[in-house]
Amino acid sequence: MTADFRLPAGGRIDRDSALRFSFNGRSLAGRTGDTLASALLANGVHQTGTSIKYGRPRGIMAAGVEEPNALVQIAEPFTEPMLTATTVELYDGLVADGLSGYGVLAAEPDPSRYDAKHAHCDVLVVGAGPAGLAAALTAARSGARVVLVDDQSEPGGSLLGTDDNLDGRSSDVWVRDVITELDTTPGVLRLDRTTAFGAYQDGFVLALQRRTDHLGFDAPSHVSRHRIWRIRAKQTVIATGAHERPIVFADNDRPGILLAGAARTYLHRYGVQVGRRLAVFTANDSAYLAAIELAEAGIDVPVLLDARQEVPPGLSAECAARGIEVHPGHVVTGTEGHDRLTDVHIGPFGGGQADTVGCDTLLVSGGWNPAVHLFSQLGGTLRYAPETGAYVPGESLASARVAGSAAGTFELTTCVEQGIDAGRAAVTAAGFTPAAEARVPVADVRAEETAAAVLWRVPGGADDRAFVDLQRDVTVSEVERATGAGLESLEHVKRYTTIGTAHDQGKTSGTVAAGLVAEQLGANLAERRPTTFRPPYTSVPFAALGGRDRGELYDPIRVTALHDWHVAQGAEFEDVGQWKRARHYPRQGEDMHTAVLRECRAAREGVALMDASTLGKIDLQGPDAAELLDMLYTNMMSTLKVGRIRYGVMCGIDGMVIDDGTVIRLADDHFLLTTTTGNAAMVLDWIEEWLQTEWPHLRVFATSVTEHWVTVPLVGPKSRDVLAALAPELDVSNDAFGFMTWQDATVAGIPARICRISFSGELAYEINVNAWCGLALWEALIEAGEPYGITPYGTETMHVLRAEKGYPIVGQDTDGTVTPQDLGMSWAVSKKKTDFIGKRSFSRAENLRPDRKQLVGLLPADPSVLLPEGGQIIEHDHLPEPPVRMLGHVTSSYDSAALGRTFALAVLRSGRDRIGEKLYVTKDDEVVAVTVTDTVLYDKEGARRDG
Amino acid sequence: MQLIPCPWCGPREEVEFHYGGQAHVDYPAEPAALSDEEWAKFVFFRDNPRGPFAERWSHAAGCRRWFNAVRDTRSYELLAVYRPGQERPVTT
Repeated sequence: MTADFRLPAGGRIDRDSALRFSFNGRSLAGRTGDTLASALLANGVHQTGTSIKYGRPRGIMAAGVEEPNALVQIAEPFTEPMLTATTVELYDGLVADGLSGYGVLAAEPDPSRYDAKHAHCDVLVVGAGPAGLAAALTAARSGARVVLVDDQSEPGGSLLGTDDNLDGRSSDVWVRDVITELDTTPGVLRLDRTTAFGAYQDGFVLALQRRTDHLGFDAPSHVSRHRIWRIRAKQTVIATGAHERPIVFADNDRPGILLAGAARTYLHRYGVQVGRRLAVFTANDSAYLAAIELAEAGIDVPVLLDARQEVPPGLSAECAARGIEVHPGHVVTGTEGHDRLTDVHIGPFGGGQADTVGCDTLLVSGGWNPAVHLFSQLGGTLRYAPETGAYVPGESLASARVAGSAAGTFELTTCVEQGIDAGRAAVTAAGFTPAAEARVPVADVRAEETAAAVLWRVPGGADDRAFVDLQRDVTVSEVERATGAGLESLEHVKRYTTIGTAHDQGKTSGTVAAGLVAEQLGANLAERRPTTFRPPYTSVPFAALGGRDRGELYDPIRVTALHDWHVAQGAEFEDVGQWKRARHYPRQGEDMHTAVLRECRAAREGVALMDASTLGKIDLQGPDAAELLDMLYTNMMSTLKVGRIRYGVMCGIDGMVIDDGTVIRLADDHFLLTTTTGNAAMVLDWIEEWLQTEWPHLRVFATSVTEHWVTVPLVGPKSRDVLAALAPELDVSNDAFGFMTWQDATVAGIPARICRISFSGELAYEINVNAWCGLALWEALIEAGEPYGITPYGTETMHVLRAEKGYPIVGQDTDGTVTPQDLGMSWAVSKKKTDFIGKRSFSRAENLRPDRKQLVGLLPADPSVLLPEGGQIIEHDHLPEPPVRMLGHVTSSYDSAALGRTFALAVLRSGRDRIGEKLYVTKDDEVVAVTVTDTVLYDKEGARRDG
Repeated sequence: MQLIPCPWCGPREEVEFHYGGQAHVDYPAEPAALSDEEWAKFVFFRDNPRGPFAERWSHAAGCRRWFNAVRDTRSYELLAVYRPGQERPVTT
């Protein structure tokens, strides 16, 4: 059963349109130009849901973003929770439901597109109301680049919700003229449906543009639904208007109780009467206009209660002429009704003869709060204005000014004047000469007659049903409990009561709460600090913030020149930083475990190859390169001979290992460094940092050449035979081509640099070719190796092979608290060099402690049990009650084909002294017995290295 | 998001930069000559003033050059930027 509350004329809706929508399961009709809220009210629907804590019926209270009650979930076309009915534009087929404070996220991925755009301008104007339009026009006329953003579907701001005239004509005409001029002025960007939600340093403002929401099912899929505008402005004019605040009284939350200004907006913008019989309760002049205009529209307005003893004479007379009884010094003391207001209890302020007025709607106005959010976000301090009971901008900022009702000015002509002034000041500050003074249109608005009174609440009622924050269901009683508990700071009261922390961020409750707290503490609000406004001004979907950076575009993917081959061979991949690396190459029916055992056997018994192109490679050139390397590595690098290779460890100044790799000397002044795959960028930055900030006198250039090379380790006892077949001119014998040397040669017709480096302990040749030739090399190796059963292997096999030899991986076996000595690598730390990065830290007391964690091997007593990486090492053969002394943890753990058993590497307190000891490792809810061993578990003599 | 005036490139967005901690903390000429305490002070201790602070920055996603800046830690305002090796400018 719906009644028609749409007035026969008026409003900015398209009366020829007919939109069907559904709310809480009811089929309803609305018009183009409606919001969901105005369409509901046109159907006589006030209640949208129930409150979050007490389950009390709640209805539409406002007409904009300040709405605390009317939370809805859109069900179709795509589900979206926690929107306000007052900001959802109606479209045909809309399906929505009211929420009780909680929404439900979509279970399936959002099909919409989101994107972002940058804009740069001289003057950004936020808000296309009277002040903002005046500011934008003034700035545009001076030739400045102007961006004007406004959150509504059409410009006009407060003018959309009134019937004010300018220069004797509807304000529409003025708005249209300004917009026409702005839209035809070059360098002006005007964005509707765009909310500036965050203001930051240096003129940076973020705004959310809702591009297709209002189109509903007709939204074209190729247009991004939301767009984040990243606006960089030299000057910003904040003309964001004001939000009306309520007065708190007992049972002030029933459906049918609205802000007075909202009722005006529903009347003028949407042609909707919010009720059949209305009472008005105010402490300022503005609500008189609501009473008068609604009465003029033919609606029964029996009473207007003004908390002030002295009421505006002219407005009162206008009320009387329309049959509205004005009661000076009267307040609302309570209300009746369940799903909808039925009665209002009234009485003189401070007590006396009470009365009850039957009505279905109550309009309330406690005054207006300037929307100072962006100004406060910029660090602007706020000042409490006792005459209006509002926080206003307290000082001007160098690059942002506030105009209109956002500055606490509520008179229309003055708002326009302020807009013009702000526009002039902004363009001047941005280096332009302002155009000739624009003419201020003359408004027909009634001037304020009687000063507003500041009334936070009506005392003497049921405080536990007098709601301050409707969305959080926080009452006056709870504020009293907070101050009674000794909380004085508003920030503390906010956190104690949760006032202002809901979806609406306290737009209607924040100032009232501040006033109540001050009242209860007997403090002067002007001397108290308001809470700080932080972005976002209104809620912003994460999808919009994510924009295009999701799915495949979330993070760049790096692949090697051989990637397609790995894919074609069915390789499984793992992510190493941004790289995709082949982890293993399963054959039909193999799981990773089986595949890795097979790959390991091939490397140890025959020949295998892998794609190691992701290894970081840094080309270092210059006469002082050797001197720099001596400082960067713990080893002595300057003594390295051309043609030779040395393994090196890098530490931070704290002496902790940050990377390792090889250094090959190409010429006296030319080296090639390799780094861990994930650390390549870090090491290059590290080198640059020292070169630029500490040792700028060193003549060295460092260049990343990672992607220039395809690097293929050819590993195993048969690797020499395979290489010999492809490089007939190269003497591959151990005497001619020894371990840790390099040679340039032609391999399969491709110029190559070959290094005798082994990360597996086997005879190995690391073949480097120009990346463009990588695939040709790889396929040639596969073909030449076929007689030997050549096997491609992935990173998992590489890990097993290196762990069997006790070679640590920086970042896996180390964690930034491990020194070279802890790793058992004192041999890599030069004793001859007077200094290198980290050296001085090695002799700190902390680094000499005998109980430091040291790298060891672990062999589980049961050779089939795989220890969990990260598993803690303890002395107990069972899990005791905590606390448990933890001696270290497992860093790497594998099943080994060569050892025929599982094994692990671990860092363990006094590890090297514990070799041979029996300890325990936690696994799930049990412990596993292990024996501590040396780190090298395979080929301790190193006999396999030279084939 | 702030604009940081790189002394080589001009003003660029904050995300292009990498913070490098306090400036003018020279690597000791002779680390071996320092006591443990002196060395630890160099490795681990930095000033944390409320107000102007000389810092190192790197234009990591731009020209990849390091520079120094005096920044007010209260307002984030960059009072001066200058190249490594240059004296800290007088700021007010």
